[in-house]
Amino acid sequence: MVLGSYKTAICARAADPGILAKSQDGGIVTQLFAFALEEGIIDGAVVAGPGDEPFKPEPIVATTVAELLEARGTRYTICPNMSMIKEATRTYGLDKVGIVGTPCQIQALRKAQLYPMGMRSVPDKIALAVGIFCMENFPYQGLETMVEDLCNVKMESAVKMDIGKGKFSVYTERGAVSQIPLKLTHKFEQGGCHVCLDYVANLADVSTGSVGTPDGWSTVFVRTKVGEDVWGRAIGAGYFETKDIADVKPGLDLVTKLANEKISKNQKTLEERATFGVNKGLRNPYL
Amino acid sequence: MGLLSYLKEIFTGKQDAPEAPVAPAAPAAPTKVEVPQPAEAKPAQTPADVKVEQKPEETKMEELPVADKITIGHVHMSGCTGCLVSLADNYEGLFALLDNYADLVYCLTLADVRDIPKMDVALVEGSVCINDHHSVEDIKKARENATIVVALGACAAYGNVTRFARGGQWNQPQHESYLPIGDLIDVDLYLPACPPSKESIRNVAVMAYLLLKGTDEQKELAAAYLKPLMDLAARGVEACGCDLMVDVINQGLCMGCGTCVAACPVRAIDMVYGKPNIDREMCIKCGVCYAQCPRSFFNFDVINQFEAIGEAIDAAMGKGGE
Repeated sequence: MVLGSYKTAICARAADPGILAKSQDGGIVTQLFAFALEEGIIDGAVVAGPGDEPFKPEPIVATTVAELLEARGTRYTICPNMSMIKEATRTYGLDKVGIVGTPCQIQALRKAQLYPMGMRSVPDKIALAVGIFCMENFPYQGLETMVEDLCNVKMESAVKMDIGKGKFSVYTERGAVSQIPLKLTHKFEQGGCHVCLDYVANLADVSTGSVGTPDGWSTVFVRTKVGEDVWGRAIGAGYFETKDIADVKPGLDLVTKLANEKISKNQKTLEERATFGVNKGLRNPYL
Repeated sequence: MGLLSYLKEIFTGKQDAPEAPVAPAAPAAPTKVEVPQPAEAKPAQTPADVKVEQKPEETKMEELPVADKITIGHVHMSGCTGCLVSLADNYEGLFALLDNYADLVYCLTLADVRDIPKMDVALVEGSVCINDHHSVEDIKKARENATIVVALGACAAYGNVTRFARGGQWNQPQHESYLPIGDLIDVDLYLPACPPSKESIRNVAVMAYLLLKGTDEQKELAAAYLKPLMDLAARGVEACGCDLMVDVINQGLCMGCGTCVAACPVRAIDMVYGKPNIDREMCIKCGVCYAQCPRSFFNFDVINQFEAIGEAIDAAMGKGGE
């Protein structure tokens, strides 16, 4: 169950080359929200929009495809998307809200739906929650150190960052690629990530990430009835190219392996926290 | 039921035939009412705001009350009635609740009952003014007469604005008069926030029903659902935005999702460097940021079932809500 419950797993990428041009991998999130927006499945979506500094995202409520396109691509730092969820329903007045988030943000969303003490008008208005795979996240200053000090690339000249095959890579606008072993980045991870027991956004309607599929493609899990409905319609309308996940390398085995690694490592952290002092420990939020 | 059935008529167009004889004379229920047409009843025939005369032969008899309803009371201490408004904001959902799951046996605003009766669930709104002996007696009586006491909203749970108008402010003489109900009685369950959302009150009401009247399986689910809210009650009568600092960030648990920012009713929180920054001058100490935080409590056994629980609540409400 490290991959959560899902109805189908697919290898997919966006059919729109315009989306793929600047997307992280298969452009799944942007394409799916663009479809949902055009079809009226959602009125808008909370996404990681551009911020004041390079690769520092700010959560925005995107209500047009143009705004969605601005939010393409992964930025490996914190973007508090949940902070805009009530803005979306109250200030923007949206009745059908989409949201993309890391596994922890999707957990926060589902808690907000089941225990909505301070979430008036939110629980019944979530129309599509898209989760992204996540091993850990970095505070912005940590990311800056990794890129500028370790990779020796100015944040301003970076056009893309990527984690895969054991490396953290930064691509510059002039075509240079700077890589460091992933091991060097561990100390910059934010502490709160080390108690997380979810790798592939188990509670999302649809979750997606690069792991398991070839470059330029994404692994997609369709999890809920809502997810199944939206995904089915998007496929029917030709918005995605798909391949059978069983036919691609490295496939779900790698996703399962990484999920197991993350969860067992963080389970161990939780156990260590419980007996951290002498007859004293640090809090476990899951008890 | 005078006021209630009148309200119900406005919202659902249903008439309570059996109760007709005792219809009050004064602002009596009008014979012509504006009836919002239920979508499935008559599709696209009359515009929603057209006046429709009620035809007696079309009036459905109210279904027999469900025998096994629970009894709920709303006990009003020193609060602004906002929590009760939040309950009423469920609109048709409130009627679904009252029709099928709960009788409102005590509520100064909506039910004509003067003394606090025996009841299954007491929703207590507001803090206790200890300079008013009636309030003190009432809260004690509520504890005696109710099986489950719920602190509905932040005033009952933590004092909220009745104790500290603004965060960090020295308490003024009038502030020490108001105690969270947990200072006087044992409280079973907290539903913090100012006010708790209508959806959260609805969910707790449904779960309370399942806990008291459900099958064994439903009881188990309801108990699991309510446990974190009981833990909040056990946690104490003090809350503050600082709880995020003390019990989440200092514990190394914050991952910067931003939920607290959305939950805060006074916009006292913003995200700085990926962590919540609390404006203590703005904080009203309602406790919702901590309660809503996914790292204050997160019970996989319940939240993993979000889809099924959401569907069950929708079904229970007859797709009620707003």
